Amino acid sequence: MIENRPIVTFISHSVIILGIIIIAFPVWITFVAASHDALRMTQSPLPLWPGGHFFENLSEALFVGLDVGGASQPVALMLLNSFVMAMVIALGKIAISLLSAFAIVYFRFPFRMGFFWMIFITLMLPVEVRILPTFKVVADLGLLNSYAGLTLPLIASATATFMFRQVFLTIPDELLEAARIDGAGPMRFFFDILLPMSRTNIAALFVILFIFGWNQYLWPLLITTDQSLTTVVMGIKQMLEAGEQLLQWNKIMMTTLIAMVPPIIVVVSMQKMFVKGLTETDK
Amino acid sequence: MLFSPGEFMLKRVHFGPSWLPFALVAPQIFITLVFFMWPAGQAIFQSFLIEDAFGLSTEFVWLDNFKDLWNDQHYIDTFSRTAFFSLMVAFFSLSIALILAGMADRVVKFATAYRTMLIWPYAVAPVLAGALWVFMFDPTLGIVAYTLDMFGYDWNHKLNGGEAMALVIMAATWKQISYNFLFFLAAMQSIPKSLIEASAIDGAGPARRFWTIIFPLITPTTFFLLVVNIVYAFFETFGIIHAVTEGGPAGSTTILVYKVYNDGFIGLDLGGSASQSVILMAIVIFITIIQFRYIEKKVDY
Amino acid sequence: MSMKKITMLGVATAVLMSGMSTIAFAATEIQWWHAMGGTNGERVNKIANDFNATQSEYKVVPVYKGNYTETMTAAVAAFRAKKQPHIVQVFEVGTATMMAAKGAVYPIEDVMKDAGEPFDKSKYVPGVISYYQASDGKLLSMPFNSSTPVLWYNKDAFKKAGIDKVPATWDEMDAAADKLVASGMKCGYSFGWQSWVMIENYSTWHNQPIGSKENGFAGTDTELTFNSAALKSRIQKIADGQKTGRFVYGGRRGDSMPSFTNGDCGMWMNSSAYYGSIKTQAKFAYGQAMLPLDTDVAEKPQNSIIGGATLWVLKGHDQGDYKGVAQFMTYLSTAPVQAWWHQETGYVGITMEATKLSEEQGFYKKNPGTDTAAKQLSLNPPTPNSRGLRFGNFVQIRDVINEEMEAIWAGKKTASDGLDAAVERGNKLLRKFEKIN
Repeated sequence: MIENRPIVTFISHSVIILGIIIIAFPVWITFVAASHDALRMTQSPLPLWPGGHFFENLSEALFVGLDVGGASQPVALMLLNSFVMAMVIALGKIAISLLSAFAIVYFRFPFRMGFFWMIFITLMLPVEVRILPTFKVVADLGLLNSYAGLTLPLIASATATFMFRQVFLTIPDELLEAARIDGAGPMRFFFDILLPMSRTNIAALFVILFIFGWNQYLWPLLITTDQSLTTVVMGIKQMLEAGEQLLQWNKIMMTTLIAMVPPIIVVVSMQKMFVKGLTETDK
Repeated sequence: MLFSPGEFMLKRVHFGPSWLPFALVAPQIFITLVFFMWPAGQAIFQSFLIEDAFGLSTEFVWLDNFKDLWNDQHYIDTFSRTAFFSLMVAFFSLSIALILAGMADRVVKFATAYRTMLIWPYAVAPVLAGALWVFMFDPTLGIVAYTLDMFGYDWNHKLNGGEAMALVIMAATWKQISYNFLFFLAAMQSIPKSLIEASAIDGAGPARRFWTIIFPLITPTTFFLLVVNIVYAFFETFGIIHAVTEGGPAGSTTILVYKVYNDGFIGLDLGGSASQSVILMAIVIFITIIQFRYIEKKVDY
Repeated sequence: MSMKKITMLGVATAVLMSGMSTIAFAATEIQWWHAMGGTNGERVNKIANDFNATQSEYKVVPVYKGNYTETMTAAVAAFRAKKQPHIVQVFEVGTATMMAAKGAVYPIEDVMKDAGEPFDKSKYVPGVISYYQASDGKLLSMPFNSSTPVLWYNKDAFKKAGIDKVPATWDEMDAAADKLVASGMKCGYSFGWQSWVMIENYSTWHNQPIGSKENGFAGTDTELTFNSAALKSRIQKIADGQKTGRFVYGGRRGDSMPSFTNGDCGMWMNSSAYYGSIKTQAKFAYGQAMLPLDTDVAEKPQNSIIGGATLWVLKGHDQGDYKGVAQFMTYLSTAPVQAWWHQETGYVGITMEATKLSEEQGFYKKNPGTDTAAKQLSLNPPTPNSRGLRFGNFVQIRDVINEEMEAIWAGKKTASDGLDAAVERGNKLLRKFEKIN
């Protein structure tokens, strides 16, 4: 601490706590809604304090399953699907981006810029906007109803390549010179020097991409017809589309709560690396 | 020089030509070609067609779809609405995150606990975040609408376009604060403590230190986040809008990306939607170049 | 090879084997894509399972594909990629789009005939199937879930406000709404699905055209004409009623239902299929009655039209598969299945026998008012104005109508300007549709 000013410290704490109260309020509401019975959640005013049905709702969501289009799907299976999808997207994207950024930064070869722009142009256009043509491509390739179809089109994005390129550009040239003197080839240089040096950036990207993958909705909905591939976000959205029927807010919120846990674990457990990784790219 | 060929953003020291770099870029290029270029090419082709939903009858109409858009006041209005929405989301999510990060940078006690609490919204899927905010603001049932009602304010975002816009801005901002917060905090913590101490010895108070030292030093981060936030608001909020307002009431929350989605995916007007996609792609390329320019400059520091 | 690897190999082989065995012994699969989430999704599964249990040759596999629009788009996208399901559930506004896709849809009447499955159209409720018949009377898709808007009212609130007669006309409706507000309620009435209830059904109820060419039945060169003086004046009166709380707008679709079930609004016009939800949520005595009549416009009501969805059969599968589809359609239409579906969901039965069976089972006696929907639909033989509607791009047109009506409720436009704009924008979409079909 630079100096000791109790009042400033007090103000700091107060502002943060106020911010937390506002930002966490929707999460609190989710928790409260998850602890009441279905009927209570249709009567105005809605509760602000938890009711007594939390564990009942929890066990129902976990063990009995959700009414997803009728077939009772255990949340565990949906969580597994979401997890696989998020992992494949995150790891796949990191792997191909590391390699291509390495090639573009460290090699001189024909069409280098052409490749770079080709990758770069995919930077921002989200899959939702090109969803129907992309669906056709995936269907033509026979990838409907598969993890490959679920994940590959979402891996096509330049964000990660772009970030790694930034990281590599900040790595001192002397390292490569030294490696060359030691007689190290390109791949050895990549694995022994570049990878360890980008560790925190990889972690940071992993967090971002895992959450990106975990939260997908429209794409999985379109390309899966096999209910065993339902992800948890799809499951919740399905409960929200009850048409003319009573919305089961308590179950919806309970599942939302459960669905938040894995990404929260990823963010919280990796937050030190995450923050470090982000600052380092940003230098 | 942005596009100086050949040497552009290549390491001064680099490996010579061989087959290896081709092998290294191959997976990414393959995925980009198959899952991006190919569909994007189809979208461009489709923007010159009008077609029935099932693709059974197709007519080539040159630029008619674009002409229709140009003559459609509702589409033109979407641009300014998108700009307003994006700027508001960027402004609020950045300033709130900045304040919180500034405070969090000062405190030592409970720092981890605070940070953990503040990053929760980041983990919530956009479709679910939207549902949550609707749930809180539902004119009849919502707890916030109910509270407002007790104070004599009759909240109805299903009727009032301004309130609907406010609600989607709130929901979109809420989801983005955590991300900005983490970046700001990281940037602030990377400022050497000696700088701040020196300034404190000179007698600068916390507020002055923030404005004269911390804020200027995190400008690159701020600028980077500004671009990221605008892009986020531009392209990634359609899930929230879909869940909260469906672009209504009376189109008052329809932004560009939502319109592409709505006309194509829901209305099955593939030609019209594809031509909007093409316009959007042009905007993306434009933004990309701007971002690129800035980031390239920054690397030169 | 390490122990771990061997186990992994074992697991992989087992997975592979189990996958193969299901393929080897499975009956012919019939894919049925539907949009029924929640409890109705369970009911869809029950129907499929019960059918599968009656025979072993075919297996109907219901797949939830999101809400109505998502399901339809998924089927369209799948068709373009030649991966379409056998049966897809499409909401009524998608009818014209499906009909126009002659190369894609397999009219249900042809499916039955080609499969040699007995099919008697006269057993089906005319008010239900007329919406889905071609101009030559051929039935194109199988009605599945159909409902019609009715007037829901809060009996307790009526008593408290001193209203002794359920409104049958709009004048009585306004008077009752004013009394409800005077008795302390927040609003007199609200409604949902505004295009369906206040434009489409309002028109058929008063035997007024919604568009030219028999509401589009007689050709795609149809034009919307609902911007009539009668409708403009009615919508304007409703909009003006917002000042006193006579009417409160509560959002699209069924979003305004909580305002009825929580006792804010005393009356609510929306689908009869909300029966199940209202039954569980309303803590007061409620009833359903026929839609109010505008006595300036018509002397007596004509008939209301349905909403909901039908099952379309898509082409492109083995001819043998369609035999299974035909058998399933027959099963679906049987009286016990239909009566069960009707009583559980509040959707109307699609055959006369289903209604009769429900009556025999004492359902209407136990649940008075539940036959309102069926009565409204078959009040009079349908006229060209009241058979239904068949407009292309209607999903988008409904969006336009929603937008313009919201502008009217918000006071940004007068009813006259808003409806004119809706017709003008809607006609542009119709021309676009005409051009490609």
